Amino acid sequence: MNNSGVLVSQESHRHSLRSKVALMIPCYIDVFYPHVGVATLELLEKLKVDVVYPFDQTCCGQPMANSGCFEEAQATEELFIRNFSAFDYIVTPSGSCTHHLRHKFTAAPDSPERRKVSASVYDLVEFLHDVLQIREFPWAKFQHNVALHTSCSAMRGLGLASMSERVHDPKFSKPKNLLEHIPGIQFVDFERPDECCGFGGTFSVTEEAVAAKMGYDKLEFIGKSGADYIVSSDMSCLMHLQGCAHRLGTDVKFLHIAQILNGAAQ
Amino acid sequence: MTVVDQAKNAAEFLNDRTHEEHLDRLMWMLRTRRDEAASRVAEWEQLRDLASAIKEHTLSNLAHYLEMFESRAQANGVTVHWAQDAHEHNQIVYQLLSDRKVDLLIKSKSMLTEECDTRPFLETRGIRVCETDLGERIQQLDDEPPSHIVGPAWHKTTQDVANLFARVYGSDKEKADAVYLAGVMRKNTRPLIEQAKAGMTGANFAVAETGAVVTVTNEGNADLSGNVPELRICSVGLEKIIPKNEHLAVFIRLLTRSATGNSITQYTSHFRAPRQNGEMHIILVDNGRSSRLGMEKFWRSLKCIRCAACMNTCPVYRRSGGLSYGATYMGPIGIIMMPTFDVRRYSELPFSSTLNGSCSNVCPVKIDIHEQIYGWREVMEEKHQIKFLKKEAMIVAGKVLSDPRLYRIAASSAEPSLKLLPRFAIYNHLNAWGWHRDIPQPAKETFHDWYRKHRSEGAGQEIGS
Repeated sequence: MNNSGVLVSQESHRHSLRSKVALMIPCYIDVFYPHVGVATLELLEKLKVDVVYPFDQTCCGQPMANSGCFEEAQATEELFIRNFSAFDYIVTPSGSCTHHLRHKFTAAPDSPERRKVSASVYDLVEFLHDVLQIREFPWAKFQHNVALHTSCSAMRGLGLASMSERVHDPKFSKPKNLLEHIPGIQFVDFERPDECCGFGGTFSVTEEAVAAKMGYDKLEFIGKSGADYIVSSDMSCLMHLQGCAHRLGTDVKFLHIAQILNGAAQ
Repeated sequence: MTVVDQAKNAAEFLNDRTHEEHLDRLMWMLRTRRDEAASRVAEWEQLRDLASAIKEHTLSNLAHYLEMFESRAQANGVTVHWAQDAHEHNQIVYQLLSDRKVDLLIKSKSMLTEECDTRPFLETRGIRVCETDLGERIQQLDDEPPSHIVGPAWHKTTQDVANLFARVYGSDKEKADAVYLAGVMRKNTRPLIEQAKAGMTGANFAVAETGAVVTVTNEGNADLSGNVPELRICSVGLEKIIPKNEHLAVFIRLLTRSATGNSITQYTSHFRAPRQNGEMHIILVDNGRSSRLGMEKFWRSLKCIRCAACMNTCPVYRRSGGLSYGATYMGPIGIIMMPTFDVRRYSELPFSSTLNGSCSNVCPVKIDIHEQIYGWREVMEEKHQIKFLKKEAMIVAGKVLSDPRLYRIAASSAEPSLKLLPRFAIYNHLNAWGWHRDIPQPAKETFHDWYRKHRSEGAGQEIGS
């Protein structure tokens, strides 16, 4: 639905989106979860988006900048600008990278190209929800109980979902809006649904004990909910939670939202 | 001073499951109660905006309002002192007490006096100090600093307090009962309150137009400290000034709801003039505040009204305990305040955060706390306070990630341990990730390689291989 609540037909977008769209695959997805990148690409292809994968891409620079090391982030951000500033849309299956590129992309000197990158970047969920305005994924079905985890970057940083702190705001979730029409899918409620999972980038290593306890607690709350799957639009949260789950011997499974929307055969 | 290793302290705290769970649950209950209280005030977000605007206005005209406060307070018969730093503050207090031959001081909770180490300063000069806030008194008896700015002893269980009182007062340690323990405290502290010739409090607000100070408490102990003895000393941080009485209506509505979810505390007390035949002294304390006011990125932390909602909601604080920060102010607000006191000692604190942003969204005066935490990380880098190993890792990461060729070599390496991500994410202590979590296994083929194999035609230019 668009902002006025009207369902916009998918067909119109297949013809209207004639823009140049770049696919940005975060470094940790490139290395650890290439199938999430593939699902994102296939999904965009199914939606007839003409998507280009710039070959020389590496990383958005967040690991260095989040550690305060802006000087070390500069060359990486400059490379990012060279790779991506020619595109109208930059789409990435990561709220965290999108947040960095949109709001914290300041290690490279200010330039029209840098500003264009920040203005053009979209998390996959935002791109589907707000740009393409798609709500139906007819090839997808998913007969499972899902605990939906929205990352802090996506929720509080990008506004992909309402947060519990803002008690008077209308409740909404863009990831849920995308998933809810998929046949078979059931969402489960769990305690403290928008508490941070404990990943936090380098925090997950520098403060590993607290990070792990936060992950364990998240899994405990979700464990009580009867979820078969933990689904998120941020693979970095899931990488952390999966590491915790394996250590605890928890048998909950993990999927990136792109995998379900692309019709993950489960 | 050595650098506070919050992460290490937190790991030790986590070894004690009982206390970690106790604190996490208690703090989360307060956060939940805050949400409920806020949801009952339809104009909650407007109040936050208003509170923030009043504070920013006041801080932007601070000299004007401070001088107004001073002259109004003097007109009320109060003596106003100015202290540039903690030592000056403590010296003024000591002088006031020793000139009047006071050897016992009763005190209500004041984070400012914690900040100034006032109690040890006086005690080493022969003046006994008795805290009258229950939590603060517990911490005093246990020789521990406060672990939380609203509930100094909230990290302790009722049994901990029963054990402590049994040790100090000889009470029954089997009776881990709040009413019994409060009675023990009352019995032992009341006589001191009656004997003391001087009382000391902090202030939640100082109203410029009236020259009054306002305390917000539940136990009434600030009223005892402020009213029972002939001499009353009140220490006030410069940032506690608000212009008018009517502004209290905004802050009082926000403060307790944010702190505990209660609509109001038992006592909101306005102290305007000395009691009959008594003396009242107000010490206006800078102690780094005016230099913080000059920090473009960080001055907004001075808006803080000390509700601790940021601590209650912080997932790191709840699992670390307040003492892990080694600081007067702990949790998110502590992270952005403490480096202004000692940048080296608190250089690691800005990294004790996941930057999740919950703190900024509960803050009743809309301090951009998590953005300031991010900002402090940059300052630590500029001031060369980043740990050597982390810095080295970031230099390597910065080189590899800015060079597509190096990146592809690292990312495609057949040897998992040479894969890029574990090195830059985990840097030198490669195993830290694995202490409580399994390490993710690199896939056989990167996305990049998959793409080249399956979608190479029409792909972008590549210089990487």
